Amino acid sequence: MEPLVFEKSVSGRIAARLPDCDVPHVDAGDLLGSGSVRETLDLPEMSELDVVRHFTRLSHRNYAIDLGFYPLGSCTMKYNPKVHEMLARLDGFTDVHPLQPEETAQGALTVIHAMERILAEIAGMEAACLQPAAGAHGELVSLMMVRQYHRSRGDTDRNVILVADSAHGTNPASAARCGFSVRSVPSNDRGLTDLGALRSMLDGSVAALMLTNPNTLGLFESDVQEICRLIHEAGGLMYCDGANMNAIVGVARPGDMGFDVMHFNLHKTFSTPHGGGGPGCGAIAVGRELEPFLPVPRIADRGDGQLHLEYGRPHTIGRAHSFYGAFLVAVRAYAYIRSLGAAGLRQVAETAVLNANYVRARLRGHYEIPHDRTCMHEVVISASRQKSRHGVRALDISKRLMDYGFHPPTNYFPLVVPEALMIEPTETESRETLDAFCDALIAIARECETEPDLVRSAPHTTVVSRLDETAAVKQLNVRWTPPEQETSV
Amino acid sequence: MSYTPHTDADRDAMLAAIGIESPENLFDPLPASARLSGLLSLPERLDEISLVHHMRDLASRNAGASRLVSFLGAGLYDHFSPAVVDAVISRGEFATSYTPYQPELSQGMLQAIYEFQSLVCALTGMDMANASMYDGATAAAEAALMLVDAANRRQVVVARSVHPHYRQVLQTYCTAADVSLVECPYGDGVTDAQEFRSSVTDATACVVVQYPNFFGCLEDLSALLNHCQTVGARTVVVTDPVSLGLLKPPGAYGADVVVGEGQGLGCPIGFGGPLLGFFAFKSEFQRRFPGRIVGMTQDGSGRRGFTMTLRTREQDIRRERATSNICTNEALVALAANVYLCSLGPRGLRQVADLCLQKAHYAADVLTKECSVKLAFGAPFFKEFALYVDTRTPVHDLCRALRGDGYLAGYPLGDAYPELHNALLVAVTEKRTREQIDGLAAAVVRHMGRGGA
Repeated sequence: MEPLVFEKSVSGRIAARLPDCDVPHVDAGDLLGSGSVRETLDLPEMSELDVVRHFTRLSHRNYAIDLGFYPLGSCTMKYNPKVHEMLARLDGFTDVHPLQPEETAQGALTVIHAMERILAEIAGMEAACLQPAAGAHGELVSLMMVRQYHRSRGDTDRNVILVADSAHGTNPASAARCGFSVRSVPSNDRGLTDLGALRSMLDGSVAALMLTNPNTLGLFESDVQEICRLIHEAGGLMYCDGANMNAIVGVARPGDMGFDVMHFNLHKTFSTPHGGGGPGCGAIAVGRELEPFLPVPRIADRGDGQLHLEYGRPHTIGRAHSFYGAFLVAVRAYAYIRSLGAAGLRQVAETAVLNANYVRARLRGHYEIPHDRTCMHEVVISASRQKSRHGVRALDISKRLMDYGFHPPTNYFPLVVPEALMIEPTETESRETLDAFCDALIAIARECETEPDLVRSAPHTTVVSRLDETAAVKQLNVRWTPPEQETSV
Repeated sequence: MSYTPHTDADRDAMLAAIGIESPENLFDPLPASARLSGLLSLPERLDEISLVHHMRDLASRNAGASRLVSFLGAGLYDHFSPAVVDAVISRGEFATSYTPYQPELSQGMLQAIYEFQSLVCALTGMDMANASMYDGATAAAEAALMLVDAANRRQVVVARSVHPHYRQVLQTYCTAADVSLVECPYGDGVTDAQEFRSSVTDATACVVVQYPNFFGCLEDLSALLNHCQTVGARTVVVTDPVSLGLLKPPGAYGADVVVGEGQGLGCPIGFGGPLLGFFAFKSEFQRRFPGRIVGMTQDGSGRRGFTMTLRTREQDIRRERATSNICTNEALVALAANVYLCSLGPRGLRQVADLCLQKAHYAADVLTKECSVKLAFGAPFFKEFALYVDTRTPVHDLCRALRGDGYLAGYPLGDAYPELHNALLVAVTEKRTREQIDGLAAAVVRHMGRGGA
C-alpha cells in the first residue's frame, strides 16, 4: 500500500522553491479585507523527493499501454508515439494564450485550421470543429446543432432521438441532456440495425438517429446507406458516433455513407494518450446543412495570409468550451496524421481489422462468438458457455487475464450480448502479443473447466484483489478527512 | 510508418489463419458504394526529422509568454509550475492508461484521483468533489443544470461579472435544456446588490457568481449568498483555485457548488486546452452530480483500495436517465494539479497567492501613478484589475504598441463589455518581476505620455 499524500505530510516541509517578494509588501488583510483571508488550509506538506517517490510508486500501481496489451474495446488503446509528447511541449505551443491577438498566434490557428480541414476530408463532410473536449461532449454539441437546425426550419416537434440498442451509453445520455426523448432501435439476429423495426419507428417526431459504424459489436452496418435514406426521408438527420473510426479511417467516409454529422475521438483514432481518463478531444464534422450551426468562434481564411477568429454567425449554437478545445491534444493528433499520410492511415484501418479478425479466428471454438463473420476493428466474444457450464462469468475471466499480465477487454458491453467481452487489439500490436493474449484466454477457458474457483477468485497477482464495491457506496468515502484539528497556515 | 509491426510473413500467416486471401477481403462487409475509391486527399506524410522541423516552424509562429512578458489573464494565467509536475504526468504508466474501469490494475490513478478530490474539497471548503470536468465553463454550466434539475424552477441568474465565455457556454447549455438565463448587472466592479435582490427571486433555481470575478474583484459573497438563501435559490460559485491559497473558501460562505478552472495548478495555457474543470459540492447532491468519482474501500483481505463509485448515476449504466453524459474527463490534468498542490503545500500556495496579490497591487499603483490610466473599479481585487485608459488612445492601439516593446499588456475589456471599451484587464502572477512591471509602466508612459495622480 502507498500512503495518501495527506498521510505522508510533515508540517514544515515544502518542495517548491518560490521567489521572494520583490515589491513592497502590504498585509493581505488590508488589501482584501481581513474577513476575506482564510485561516486554515489543509494541503499536504512534502519534500520534492517525497512527491517524486509517492507518484512514481503510484505509477507502479497502474497498468498502461506502455506496459502491456490493453485491448479495451471501444477505447482504441493503441501506441501513443513519443515524438508527439516532445512536440506538444514546445514553448510556442504551451505558452500561447487563446486571447492573444490573432497575429501573434498564427501557428496555433494554423494547426487548428489544418486539423479541421483534415478531419472534414476524413469524414467526407463540409467542415469540422475542435471545440468539444471529449466524445460525449461532441455528441452533446452535435445534438444541440440538430435541435437548432430543425427549429430554424420551423420544425419544432422533432423531440425524439433514435439510438441503436448496442450504442454507447453516452448517446442516450447526451440526447437526454438536450431535452430529447430517446427511443431504442433493436438489432436483428445478425447484430445489425433491424430495418423493419426502424421503419416502424419513423414519423415526424424523429430529430435524428445516432448510429455507431462499425457498431459496438465490431460489425459494419452494411445497410447504412438505406438507413440514411430512410431517416432523411422522414425528415431526420444522421449522427455518426465516430468512436470506432479506427476501423475505417481512409477506407470509407461517414459523409459518403449519408451521415450529416459525426464526432471523432482524437484520443482514440489519432493516438493521443488517454491520460487515465482524459484529456481527450471530441472534434465534430458536419455536412453543408449543419455548418451554419457550428459553435463559435470559427477559424476563417479570408485569403489575406492570416487566419482569423470569426464570431458573427447568426445560426451558431454558441460557445461550447471556455476557448477553442483541447489544442495540445490536437497538436498531437495533427503530428500523427502528418506522420502517416493518407496511405499510412489506410494501413491503420487495415491492420486494426486484420488483428481483430486474427483474434476472432484464434478464439473460435474456445469461446462463443455470437457473430462469427468478418468483423472490423474489434470482436465481441461471449462467456455464456463458461457461465452456464462452469459458473464462471465474463467478469471472472477479465480478472483472471490480469494474472496473465493483460488488461481485460471491455466487459458486459454491448448490452445486447450476454457475458460480453469486447476485444479491440488495435493495429500497433504484434502477432506475438496477439498470440500470447489468445493463448491466455484459451488457457483460462481450460481453467474454467478444471479449476473454476481459480478463475472466480482472480486476480491473484495484483496489488489488490477484488474490491468491495458495495461498501464503497454504503460507507461512502470520497475524500480524505483530517484525523484531528486542521493545521494553521 | 503507421506504427504497425507486421512483417509480410506475419500478415500472410494471419490472413491464412483467418481464412481469407487478401487484406482487401477484410472490408468485404462494406458495400462498394460506401467505400472510398482512392486514398484520402491529405498533406504528404513526413518522416520524423521533417515532422519535428515542421512543428517547430509552426510553434515559432506563436509569440507567447516565453517571448513576450505577459500581463494577459482573463481566465488562464501564466503561473509557475515546478518541473516535477511535468515529470510525473509524462510517465507512460499514467499517460497511456485509461479510465480505471478495472480497479485492480489502476490503483495508482484511482488513488491520485481520490487525492485530487480531497485537495479540491480542502481548497474550496466543500464536502465532496468529482474526478474533474472538461474546463471551468462547462463545469459551471453542468453545475447550474444540476441545480435546475434538483429544483422545481427553470430559471438561472448569472452575474455579468462572470467570465464572458462562461456565460456564453451557460447560455448554450441553457438553450438546449429550455432553461431561461437572466444576467444581473455589475456596479463598481462587483455585482450590484440591489439589482441582484430584484433579479434573484423565488422563481430562481440557482445563481452563478464568480469569486474573484472576471474583473479580478471580490464580490460580497456573504451578502449575495444570504439573499439566495432567503429566496431558496441555490448557488454556484466559480473560483480561481490559486486565489484560495489566501481567500476564505466559497464553502465557508455556504455555496452549494463550487467550480472553476484548474489550469493555474500546474497546467500550461496551451492556447486554451486541455484545461481542468473542478466541481465541488455539498453532500446532499451526491446522487445528482455529473461525472466520475472515486471512493475508498477494501479488498477481500482487508487491504485498502480505490474504485470508481456512485456509478449508478452514470451514462454507461443509466443511459438516458444518467445525471450527465460525461465519460472521458481530464484525469491527467487533475493528476498535474495533485502534484502541483503537494509540491506547494499550504505555505507554498499561500505564498503564490500572496505574490500575485502584492505584485498586482504594486502594478496597479505604478501604472496609475505614472501613466494616464486609472483603476476602473474601487472594489478590492486579487491578481487582476481593470484600468481605464485615457480615451485619446484606443486600447487595442496601446496593446499593439506595447507588443512592439515585448509586452502582452492584458485583455481589452471592450471585446466582451462594450461599455468598457476603453478599459484593459491586467493580470499579474508570481512570475512577473518588479523590473517587468516597471518596464511595462515605462513603456506605457512612452506611448501615452506621463499622467496619473
